[in-house]
Amino acid sequence: MSEAAAENLGQGTTWNASALLQLLYLGGFGVLGLGFILWALAQWNEGGAGDAADYATGTVTLAMSQEPPQLDSTRSTDQVSIAVLGHVMEGLLRYDQDDQLVGGVAERWEIGETSATFWLRSDARWSNGDPVTAHDFVFAWRKALEPANVSEYAFILYGIRNAEAVNRGEQPLEALGARAVGDRQLEVEFARPLPYFDKLTAFCTFNPVHEAFYESTAGAYGADADKLLYNGPFVIDQWIHGASLRLKKNPNYWDADRIRLNVIDYAYITSDPLATINLFKDGKVALTSLNAENLTDAMQQRWKIHRFADGSVFYLGLNHRPGRPTSNYHLRKALQAVHDPGELVYKVLKLPGNVPTNSLFPVWLKGVRGSFRQEYPAPKHHPDDARGRELLARALAELGLAELPPLVMLIGDTPTSKKQAEYYQNLFKRKLGIDIKIDAQIFKQRLAKMTSGDYDIVAAGWGPDYDDAMTFADLFTSWNENNRGRYANPVLDAAVDVARSSNDPQTRMDAIAKVQKIIYEDVVVLTQFERGSVYVAHPRLRGVVRRSVGTDPDYTNAWIAPVGG
Amino acid sequence: MLMYTLKRLLQGVVTVWFIATATFFAMHAVPGNPLTNEKAVSPKIWAELQKRYGLDKPLLEQYGLYIKNMASGDFGVSYTQQNRQVNDIITEHFKVSATLGILAVVFAAFGGILWGALTAMYRNRAPDIVIVFLVILGISVPGFVFAAFGQLSLVKVNDWLGFTLFPVAGWGTVQHMIVPSMVLGLGTMAFLTRLMRSSMLEIVNSDFVRTARSKGLPMTRIFRKHELRNAILPVITVLGPSIAAITTGGFVVELVFAIPGLGRYFVQAVQQLDYTVIMGTTVFYGAFLVFMVIAVDLLYGMVDPRVRLE
Repeated sequence: MSEAAAENLGQGTTWNASALLQLLYLGGFGVLGLGFILWALAQWNEGGAGDAADYATGTVTLAMSQEPPQLDSTRSTDQVSIAVLGHVMEGLLRYDQDDQLVGGVAERWEIGETSATFWLRSDARWSNGDPVTAHDFVFAWRKALEPANVSEYAFILYGIRNAEAVNRGEQPLEALGARAVGDRQLEVEFARPLPYFDKLTAFCTFNPVHEAFYESTAGAYGADADKLLYNGPFVIDQWIHGASLRLKKNPNYWDADRIRLNVIDYAYITSDPLATINLFKDGKVALTSLNAENLTDAMQQRWKIHRFADGSVFYLGLNHRPGRPTSNYHLRKALQAVHDPGELVYKVLKLPGNVPTNSLFPVWLKGVRGSFRQEYPAPKHHPDDARGRELLARALAELGLAELPPLVMLIGDTPTSKKQAEYYQNLFKRKLGIDIKIDAQIFKQRLAKMTSGDYDIVAAGWGPDYDDAMTFADLFTSWNENNRGRYANPVLDAAVDVARSSNDPQTRMDAIAKVQKIIYEDVVVLTQFERGSVYVAHPRLRGVVRRSVGTDPDYTNAWIAPVGG
Repeated sequence: MLMYTLKRLLQGVVTVWFIATATFFAMHAVPGNPLTNEKAVSPKIWAELQKRYGLDKPLLEQYGLYIKNMASGDFGVSYTQQNRQVNDIITEHFKVSATLGILAVVFAAFGGILWGALTAMYRNRAPDIVIVFLVILGISVPGFVFAAFGQLSLVKVNDWLGFTLFPVAGWGTVQHMIVPSMVLGLGTMAFLTRLMRSSMLEIVNSDFVRTARSKGLPMTRIFRKHELRNAILPVITVLGPSIAAITTGGFVVELVFAIPGLGRYFVQAVQQLDYTVIMGTTVFYGAFLVFMVIAVDLLYGMVDPRVRLE
């Protein structure tokens, strides 16, 4: 039927029907509107219950980026799990609100040249009332090293005698150099000098595990709120998978008087930064991280923006495998000569908190007496384009090339990494005439390509595992699996060996300073910046500790100020 | 009818098998491995890990094993949520996605039928033009924009009212469901409005309506019995696939509104290369979609006597 005919028939005959429809609509909207008003009133009467930082109930409400994937402390590797464990578990030692190492389950300890002894406090208890004993630590450490348990963090225990052999299955579990003398004394023997062993014990792989309880869960340890036994300031009260995780103060905790919050409620689980910032705006969560995309929004809201160094250092990793152009020293030097970390941080990334650096060793690391970086300053670096071109000419001559083939730059799939890659693409083309081919990959694929060496340059970073310069120093040794560029230099290896086999702080730090120098001078990587994190918090939520190493964010010492307080 | 049903079901099973096979091999062709992690491990431990998860076996053997387990309803254990069965993840989180999806479809169907009928009535007049404009907007603007916009508007509304009218995100109560389901159903509602409009226009000018009119039947009766009823038929046809599409396509809304639905696991699993969860969710969603279409076809045969299922 033609359009015109439809028009005529349609208009003339449906008047009644349309009237009916209108009535229908009015009725529908009326009912909806009425229901809405009633319901809104009900809401109103419920009152403003549930401020994100509620003084009356001592409850802080927060959002989580994902639910903790692994709460079995012998196998945890990710930040979310480690942060939760930092609230519900306690190791031998812990970091207090001023980042000082203090006694946790251990009340006293001695770290010697070849061994350490820990004396456990008598009032440390599990959430079922059992005392926390030295056996619980021995069990947990053996579990972490048991080959069948395939813990990815087992290496952190390698400083203990026979740990590595046990982990490889070459020695029985009982051979591990950790022994319980009675219930309250723990003896540890070292495989090599470990002056920072006290700091290691604050890490989650060193947490105790209640053996009988572990066995009773039949392989599901850590899978649910009731499949865990707690010895920390909080316990998991309720865990709805994928939806929420609620921590409640642990009355059995030996230092319960110190804990001022009653409930830490991770009421939302979403990885969308926009959603968390909207939740914060609506007063539903008490703290949220900011990124480059929502920073402007936060500034427009005139929120107080906090910042801290999250501990990690970012760099452009270079592929040192033979046959790769980047294995040529002069090419690496040429790239370094035009590289300007300051420009990247201040003009490209523009996220407050990031600090440009010429050293792999971040500013917060401790040295002999004070700060490592004050005692051993970072190498001086001045971008010099002319020198860069000169070095490139030498590299080309050595490689026997008239022109360099495009270099593959492997990056992640976030907007920030793309922005960064485009900056480098432009920089290296403009200053050296080098073409960069960007290869953006999702997380696991990027890691796979890094491991197989399928790149020339990779945007990467390294976060510390423990609070000692060694966590950065041994990264580019020939034996480290995380040395994905397969850099191999006997001088660097030797320096790390010196630092590893000494207890003398001066000797150790001198050796590590040598590593710092080699990394710059041999251009092992192009260091970019120390990452800063920015976040906003509820104005009445106080005492939250942000850290470079360890539980972060740490709410164990937090409290909520009364309104007006 | 019985033969037809059996034939369709068999076809469905074959389709699902095909989906499973294609996903399995595509997933394994991607570089990397669910066990690849930020901290590299020694080759010895790596080999141990591969063995533990059976990833050291030849691909075809892994495939055979997987199909066997799948046939017995076992999707295995997640690689990222190392303590959770994929079956548990699906049953726990699909409930949420389904609730959200059904609400969204109800919203879309009611809205679509009413708006569609209204535009047909007011053809080429102001209400029609306004609604059609909104419909085009609804079809062309992607869901994540609506989601973000909806959430931001809520923040503003709550701020302006001084109390929480609708929660900005989260899940649990009826209030939590309303805005996300409206956002999720918006695209489908726009689509259904357009469908309803054209179908209504066609019916209004059909012979039997003209006959009814010439018989002198009351207009309201013609509208209800002859026009609306017949115009709704094509809308019902697309409802089935819509339910499946909405339920499976809600992951953006789930992400923005922090809803613990299955879609989120689906997307995360792909990013994390979590083999078992990718397979589990893909096969489940695939089966859901395929059997939803079959169900609608069968229902259609019952609703419309002209359609014969052979």
